[in-house]
Amino acid sequence: MTRRLLLLIPLLLFAALVVFLYRGLAKDPAARDSALLARDFPAFNLTTLDDPNRTLDRSLLKGQVTLVNVWGEWCPTCKQEMPQLLALADRGVRLVGVDYKDTRENGRQFLDEFGDPFEVSLFDPEGTLGFDLGVYGAPESFLVDAEGVIRYHHTGYITPQDVEDVILPEVNKWQP
Amino acid sequence: MLIRTLPELGHFALILALAMAVLQAIVPLWGAATRRPLWMAFAQPMAWGQFLFLVFAYLSLTASFALDDFSVAYVANNSNSLLPWYYKLSAVWGSHEGSVLLWVLILSGWSFAVSLFSQRLPRDMLARVLGVMGWISSGFLLFILLTSNPFERLLPDVPTDGADLNPLLQDFGLIVHPPMLYMGYVGFSVVFAFAMAALLGGRLDAAWTRWARPWTNVAWAFLTMGIALGSWWAYYELGWGGWWFWDPVENASLLPWLAGTALIHSLAVTEKRGTFKNWTVLLAIFTFSLSLLGTFLVRSGVLSSVHAFANDPSRGTFILALLGVTVGLSLAIFALRAPRVQSLAGFGWLSRDSLLLINNIVLVVMTVTVLLGTIYPLLLDALGLGKISVGPPYFNALFVPLTALLCLFMGLGPLARWKRMPGRELARRLGGAAIVAMVVAAVLPLLYGGSFSLGVTLGLLLALWLALSLARDIVDKTRRGRLGGLKKLTLAYWGMVLGHLGLAVTIVGVAMVSHYNIERNVRLAPGQHVEVGGYQFAMTDFRERSGPNYTADTATIEVTRPGRASFTMQPEKRFYVASGMPMTDVALRPGLFSDLYVALGEKLDNGDWSLRIQLKPFVRWLWLGALMMAAGGILAVIDRRYRRVPRRSAAVRTHESIPPGAGARGDIS
Repeated sequence: MTRRLLLLIPLLLFAALVVFLYRGLAKDPAARDSALLARDFPAFNLTTLDDPNRTLDRSLLKGQVTLVNVWGEWCPTCKQEMPQLLALADRGVRLVGVDYKDTRENGRQFLDEFGDPFEVSLFDPEGTLGFDLGVYGAPESFLVDAEGVIRYHHTGYITPQDVEDVILPEVNKWQP
Repeated sequence: MLIRTLPELGHFALILALAMAVLQAIVPLWGAATRRPLWMAFAQPMAWGQFLFLVFAYLSLTASFALDDFSVAYVANNSNSLLPWYYKLSAVWGSHEGSVLLWVLILSGWSFAVSLFSQRLPRDMLARVLGVMGWISSGFLLFILLTSNPFERLLPDVPTDGADLNPLLQDFGLIVHPPMLYMGYVGFSVVFAFAMAALLGGRLDAAWTRWARPWTNVAWAFLTMGIALGSWWAYYELGWGGWWFWDPVENASLLPWLAGTALIHSLAVTEKRGTFKNWTVLLAIFTFSLSLLGTFLVRSGVLSSVHAFANDPSRGTFILALLGVTVGLSLAIFALRAPRVQSLAGFGWLSRDSLLLINNIVLVVMTVTVLLGTIYPLLLDALGLGKISVGPPYFNALFVPLTALLCLFMGLGPLARWKRMPGRELARRLGGAAIVAMVVAAVLPLLYGGSFSLGVTLGLLLALWLALSLARDIVDKTRRGRLGGLKKLTLAYWGMVLGHLGLAVTIVGVAMVSHYNIERNVRLAPGQHVEVGGYQFAMTDFRERSGPNYTADTATIEVTRPGRASFTMQPEKRFYVASGMPMTDVALRPGLFSDLYVALGEKLDNGDWSLRIQLKPFVRWLWLGALMMAAGGILAVIDRRYRRVPRRSAAVRTHESIPPGAGARGDIS
């Protein structure tokens, strides 16, 4: 009888997996952390990608609506996202990059090659800011209003359609 | 006007196919349970009919693409009147609905093949196998009809032109990669059905493994090819020269491959020795479950990935339910029906049996590693433990040592005998191979790269160990019988050799390209040149041109190397008009020992262009090795043993006792 019970183990493990997958399904990854919305952008103290001696903090985001984009040279999807970010910058949106878990050299090469839409890129090699933002991959983007409050969170790739349909309307909505 | 109604006819054919699949799922199984030959005989005609109607449905969708019928929503979203005809035909599986249709078509194709080639099978076995496949088919046909109908019309406002196929998919890779991959994924349904049939029939002897093995090998070979093609496609199409990203969707194809690799070895043990019976059944269930899980991960959009598909919660829920029912039911049947008795045949701690057991354990650990890494974000998120990103560092840190462990035992396995192998003899036969492998692996990187690299040495060591131990085995086997010895080696044996060598070749490719890759980002204007890795790259020309559905900036780069003829490369930046998407078209100069890879980047402020130039040593070996593995799998199937098939011996085989040592001349495949 105990042997028969042992044979049930795979079934039980699988049942547990299904429960997790079902809950994952309910949590659409694009909508997942609404918890961050309407909160202050987390505090940080990071150097910029270009200049290891220049550090910036949260006051960077005050006074103007900013789209903070978390990217990395190691992230294939970020490369596909660049044209859309460049288009947003052309349309007058202020962009700040967070070069996440990357090396300075790779990050700079990436911007040389694919273009640089960012007013400034923060350098986050340890992923500390990424952790505070609850990022689990790149690209992710956060729209921060003039008060430094997170107003919109975009998980994953911003498609050419998203530029018109989602990002620009959100930017306009939170203009002071 | 019959042609205008093709989509409706196709839709109708899908419904008829579903009706047949349901009958195929119920009647033969009931017949087998109640021993009614007529009911059992129902399985084949239903499989044939289902296949016929699915082919019709598939062809009608293809026709809608070929005829630019943009009143069909799926066609309007994924095609364009300017799209070249061959992409119109392959655009059928360019997005969700059509690829599910292809999935079901291939499933019914496998059922059709089983019903044709398994006439020697006992009637009730065949009825059960086809019945189980009927269940799977019913589930997926329901999925199509309820959530993903490819024939939906856009009426009354018919678009004048289509939105075009995603430019990334306008490539030879799309034509070949998904069908191959699906052949593999879906092909594992056959061995799953055999395992379930054996459980249901209560005949969990070794016979079913003998019938299932050729099917499993073929599916595995297709999956191997599919994964390799996907990697090759990503390499040249995505424009940054990577060949494996540990992306969730790639992992989804690797999971059934790893489990399937364990399965083909475990099937061998069960067939030859009658042991590992429960384990083999469980692996058969797991392998197909992982194929379904892969389908779920890709189709539901629970994980973000470069393989972006429209993400629709109702579809995700449906596939999850399908996955839950299929796997839950099969594991429940396993728990209820798996035989209680321990296999009687024992084996020593050092024997081919024990080595294959270790191989299985390592492969299963690898599978679990990849599975955990893939769904980890989901698990933590569901548990509310925060969000952690799992990337290449995790996979590389675990996968490399596990592969090393696997290869260590892979070198020993083919030379070991069933049941018991004296360690001293194994050491005597393989000591030389081990020493040569170590010396060559330590010296070769110094000669090639000029510096010592642990990664390359490890890779070469593993590859040489595999190759030399196989060579030793072939020498030993042929020595005794002189030239006649070579003839005695079966095709199945050569299949094993080729498969194992294929892995060695792939490992060399991985090690070399990972460590000796040269990559430079440069800026160039026409008339300028740079030097990378001993080659001189000069931009001689720059012009714009227009293709059928895109415009392109084309650079002409002349590549020279002292003492060699020069050649030109033409990287492009394309802009697809209908979708408004830019694309990088890489210029590649392939070579057996090194690829040149030039991608055009952005236009810089002063009119220069940024270029990414890469030298990729041995990158072709990655896919060459996969090709060899797949060929090995096929070679094992065409072994005469499977065509002769005296039914009696299959049934008797389980009770045979194999004298120690006798197995050493045989083969594991």
